[in-house]
Order: sequence, then structure tokens, then C-alpha cells
Amino acid sequence: MDETRVLTRNIREGREPVWRAEYEAAGGWEAFKKTLAELKPTEVGELVKEAGLRGRGGAGFPTGMKWSFMPRFEERPEERPAHVYLVINADEMEPGTFKDRLLMEGDPHQLIEAMAISSYAIGADIAYVFLRGEYVECQRRLQKAIDEATEAGYLGNDILGSGYNLKIYLHMSAGRYICGEESALLSALEGRRAVPRHKPPFPAASGLFGQPTTVNNVETICNVPHIVSNGADWYKQLGAHKDGGTKLFGASGHVNRPGLAEMPLGTRMGDLLEHFGGIREGRRLKALLPGGGSTPLLTADHLDTPMDYEGVGAAGSRLGTGTMVVMDETTPIVGVLKNLEHFYAQESCGWCTPCRDGLPWVERILTNLEAGKGHPGDIELLELHTKLLGPGKTFCAHAPGAMGPLESGLKYFRDELAALIPDDSDTLSLTEPANTASNSQV
Amino acid sequence: MIELSQTEIEAIRHEMSLYEDPGAATIEALKIVQEHRGWVSDEALEAAAVVVGVTPTQMEAVATFYNLIFRQPVGRHVIMICDSISCYLTGYEEILAYLKKTLGIEFGQTTPDDRFTLLPICCLGDCDNGPSMRVGEDYHGRLTPDRVDAILAEYK
Ligand SMILES: Cc1cc2nc3c(=O)[nH]c(=O)nc-3n(C[C@H](O)[C@H](O)[C@H](O)COP(=O)(O)O)c2cc1C
Ligand code: SF4
Ligand code: FES
Repeated sequence: MDETRVLTRNIREGREPVWRAEYEAAGGWEAFKKTLAELKPTEVGELVKEAGLRGRGGAGFPTGMKWSFMPRFEERPEERPAHVYLVINADEMEPGTFKDRLLMEGDPHQLIEAMAISSYAIGADIAYVFLRGEYVECQRRLQKAIDEATEAGYLGNDILGSGYNLKIYLHMSAGRYICGEESALLSALEGRRAVPRHKPPFPAASGLFGQPTTVNNVETICNVPHIVSNGADWYKQLGAHKDGGTKLFGASGHVNRPGLAEMPLGTRMGDLLEHFGGIREGRRLKALLPGGGSTPLLTADHLDTPMDYEGVGAAGSRLGTGTMVVMDETTPIVGVLKNLEHFYAQESCGWCTPCRDGLPWVERILTNLEAGKGHPGDIELLELHTKLLGPGKTFCAHAPGAMGPLESGLKYFRDELAALIPDDSDTLSLTEPANTASNSQV
Repeated sequence: MIELSQTEIEAIRHEMSLYEDPGAATIEALKIVQEHRGWVSDEALEAAAVVVGVTPTQMEAVATFYNLIFRQPVGRHVIMICDSISCYLTGYEEILAYLKKTLGIEFGQTTPDDRFTLLPICCLGDCDNGPSMRVGEDYHGRLTPDRVDAILAEYK
């Protein structure tokens, strides 16, 4: 399978950024001009819906549908709130994920143009990029692109004589993975602790400062100018399986050529691995996380999986961010799980009990198992946690995300984990026998 | 109580102007103070709270939540080594042991000459270059003990 460069078409090896003159010479900012001249805001949304664009931030929510939840004020301008917001999620802290950074460093104007079109589509007058604190290089480049765009009249008041106004600002975060959860991100942007919010109300009804807000991932939004320029049908046929479009795929860990490549959505997992040079030192694949730290593990039995939302879902995992973390056959699964659960335990915001107290417990059990100090019942206890911290049991998706790799690890590598419990271990397990607990409490 | 410098106050006011509610600029204010002073002392935190127009308690709640805000003095260069999954798979533990040995410090400590502070950090978005770390604002990937020596020598 070949690379199909849509979002990365301007991006150079070494990421030397493309500035305005060059971006425009390659057709840049034309989609925004076309939008303002030819399309109504809702028509942009319809196009995106028709194209079938789905969120690239991890959850895969259909973008056009998300936009359609935004209240419209064209017919009743007197009811328009002080502001309507678009917020771009550039927090990118999911372990194993390094794709949005490429888009922002290599082609900053693409994101700014995409934000301008998307803001117009949802009726936003202010847009923020929420950047993780470490991405200072992205900040510098995006700020320069914003300045260049403002100078060219693409941002500001009465843009290109259309009557449309838009300002774009950057917010540099100060750490913590939970900031990436969209409602926690809004709390962080309001200058508070990044604790998630109850939904409903959803951000479209009451988001940033209580105003209508849409939150989208960097990569998601970067697709928009291309859909506007080339149409929904063109976009759909880019996919290789059920979902349309391309995806920035990545591989890290035990592959020979770690990195990123833009390929059709639905590219076969095995072909992707091959693109990244295969498993290091001629070894075999043991397992991989298909799209970042909170996607359930897949194994060598899944090499034929089409890497799109449908395909990876059918294999029992999630496409997530599309950046694979690859483990060769020599990798102890207990170490992998411990590393991941340490991350989730540390990054819990602490708001709800199952997550705040359950995750450190999971980490402790895994630490014990790795050190050869496990107890009979530990496996069942881990299993119990995957239920108690699963979807619907906690205030946000952080804890269920943490349980993805654990549950799949128990499914595929149960014997390997159980074998870590020493034969002479006492029966002083940390809980009741698991079957009673799992029947009565879940 | 101390007062912030004019430069700090102006930078904070600028950030406040970018939000519907100026009080949203707490994180920016803390980062600006930290940039000028190396870390955020209680006194500096209180002074920043006054500028932003929030209570010191609100400011403290924010300061203790975000891990890139330092509430203790740090060295001239802060080393943050990624301890997440891709770096773990590519040799993080060996690099960490080497760093600790070379610098003679543990996580959370600063070398006696105030040159380096060592901290863990989660995934830096540099996973294809693991093991990876950040020194100040600079990224350094594909670390080996030899490369670590060369990199550390760049920071005086
Ligand atoms: C704990 C947690 C962390 C998240 N981190 C990110 C992130 O760093 N970047 C991102 O785009 N989405 C992240 N998400 C997903 C967002 O909540 C949200 O679904 C996404 O930004 C929506 O954009 P999209 O529809 O364009 O994908 C995270 C979700 C959770 C639960
Ligand atoms: S699940 Fe975890 S991260 Fe989410 S609200 Fe509860 S404690 Fe916070
Ligand atoms: S896991 Fe270390 S940079 Fe991503």
C-alpha cells in the first residue's frame, strides 16, 4: 500500500515549515476563499457530513454530526451569544501518539486555514488551539502562521469583505493528560483545574465560558480544506475499506523504521507494519496497541485487520489515534501493562473514586506480579477492576481507556500473567474470591 | 508580599486580554512568573493572583494541578525523561539509570551545582525517537549513554 499524501502533501522531510507564500503557491487558502464566496456555513457542515469525516482525536465521532449540534443564529441574530467558540485539541499526550505535532510543525498554515473554514461553518468568532506545554516549536510556528494570515486579511474583522469575523489564539497548557479530555480541556482553558464536566450539557450547548463550543482534534480539522476543495465523493474514495479519507498512521517501539506515514484509512495492519520496516531484528510480533495507550491490544492474529474505525472495532480494539505501539516476542506483557497503568494512575484527575483509587491498586498488583510477589487471586482481581472501572462506571473516559489494554492483556496473555504468581505464594490475596465479587458488585 | 516586575505584569495582562473572562489567564500567569524566576514561590503566586484577579487559593489549586509549574526551586536546566510506553520499549530504563548515575541524583532532585533537575514526564510526542527526553525546551531522542554525555555537555 502506498502513501497517499493529502494532509502531508506540503510537509518536508525534516519538517522545515511551509510559510504563506509557498503555501499559497501550492493552492493554500483557496479553500477558505471558496468557502466565503460560495458556501453557506451549513453547507460546509453538510459537505463534511457527506464525506463521512470522523474524529482523529481517539473517539472517532462523526465531525459533521458534531457540528450540527451547534445552535444556529443566522435567523435570529439578536439571540447570538457574546461568543461562539471552536477549540482545537492539540494536547496530544496519549502514550505512543506523535502525529499532530507533525501537522503543526510541518504545515502550520494548513491548520490555521482549516480552523478558519471550520469556525465559519459552526459560526464561531473566536478559535483557540489548546497546545500541550511541551510543543513550544508548534507554538512558534502556528503564531507566525496566524500573524501572516492576519496580515493577508484571512483573519480579523470583515474577512475579505465577507462580513465574517474571526480571531485565533494559542493557549499553552502546563501538563496533565486529562487536559485532552474535551470537557476537562475547557476547564483548563478557563484557567481552572482540568477536571472533566458532566455531560449533558454538551459543549455545543454550554462549552467554553458557558458559550456554544465545538472541540476537534488537529488532524480531524486539517481534512476540512481538502474536502471543501475536492468534494465529498473524492474524499470518500480515498479510503481503502469502509471509512473514507486518509489517516496519519505511525509506528513506534519495536519496528525497524519508526515514524509516520499518511495512508488510506483501512490499510491492512500487516502492510502498515511492513511499511515501517517490520519487527526489529527479524523477530516476531507479540502484540501492538493500534492507536495509542488506551486502545486494547491486538496480536499477530490480527494482521489482516483493515485499519479504520470499523475494521479495528471489529477486531476488538479501537483505531484511536492510529499510531501503533509495537512489541516484539521478547516483551514481557506484565511490564507493558505496568508501564501503561502507572501512566493512567498518575494522570487520573482524582475526581471520582473508582479511577483515583482503582488505578493505583491495579498498578500495585502489576508491580507485585512483575517482581515475582503476586498472590493467588491477583488475575481475578485485575479482571474485576476492568469491570469496576469500565465504561459508565466513572465520570469520564479516562479510566475505561486505562482498562482497554488491561482487559485485552488478560484476554490474550492470561497464562503468561498467571505464571508470574509464585507457587509458594501465600493465599493472602487482596480480595474475596473474584467470582463472588464480580457477580454481586458489577 | 512581593510585586511582580512591569514586564511580567504586562505579559500577564496581554494574556488576560485573550479571554472572555480575564481570570482565565491563571496558567499563563504562572508560566510567565516561572519564566522570569525559574520557579513559582508562594509570594510570587500571591502576587500573580492579584494581577489576574483570583484568590491565592484559586491560583494554588491551579499551580498544584499542572506538572509543568514548579513550586520548588529547580536547576538551570530541567531534564524531563519520558517514561511512557514507546520509550519504555526502546530502553528508557537504561537511560534513566545512566542519567541518575552520571548526575548523582534521583527524580525530583537537583545537582549540588544547580545545573540540572531530573524529572519524569509522560509521552513527549516523540515516540518514534525513543528513548526521548527534553532538556529545557529542547528535544533529544534516540538516546544512548554516549549521546547523553554529549547532550549534557551542551548545557552549562
Ligand atoms: C483522557 C482523555 C484524553 C484525551 N486526549 C486527547 C488528546 O490529547 N487529543 C485529542 O484530540 N483528543 C483527546 N481525547 C479525545 C477528546 O475528548 C475528544 O474526543 C476529541 O478531542 C474530539 O475531537 P475529534 O472529534 O476531532 O476527534 C482524549 C479523551 C480522553 C478521555
Ligand atoms: S475517570 Fe479518572 S480522570 Fe475521569 S473524572 Fe474520574 S478520576 Fe478524573
Ligand atoms: S512514549 Fe516517549 S515520547 Fe511518546
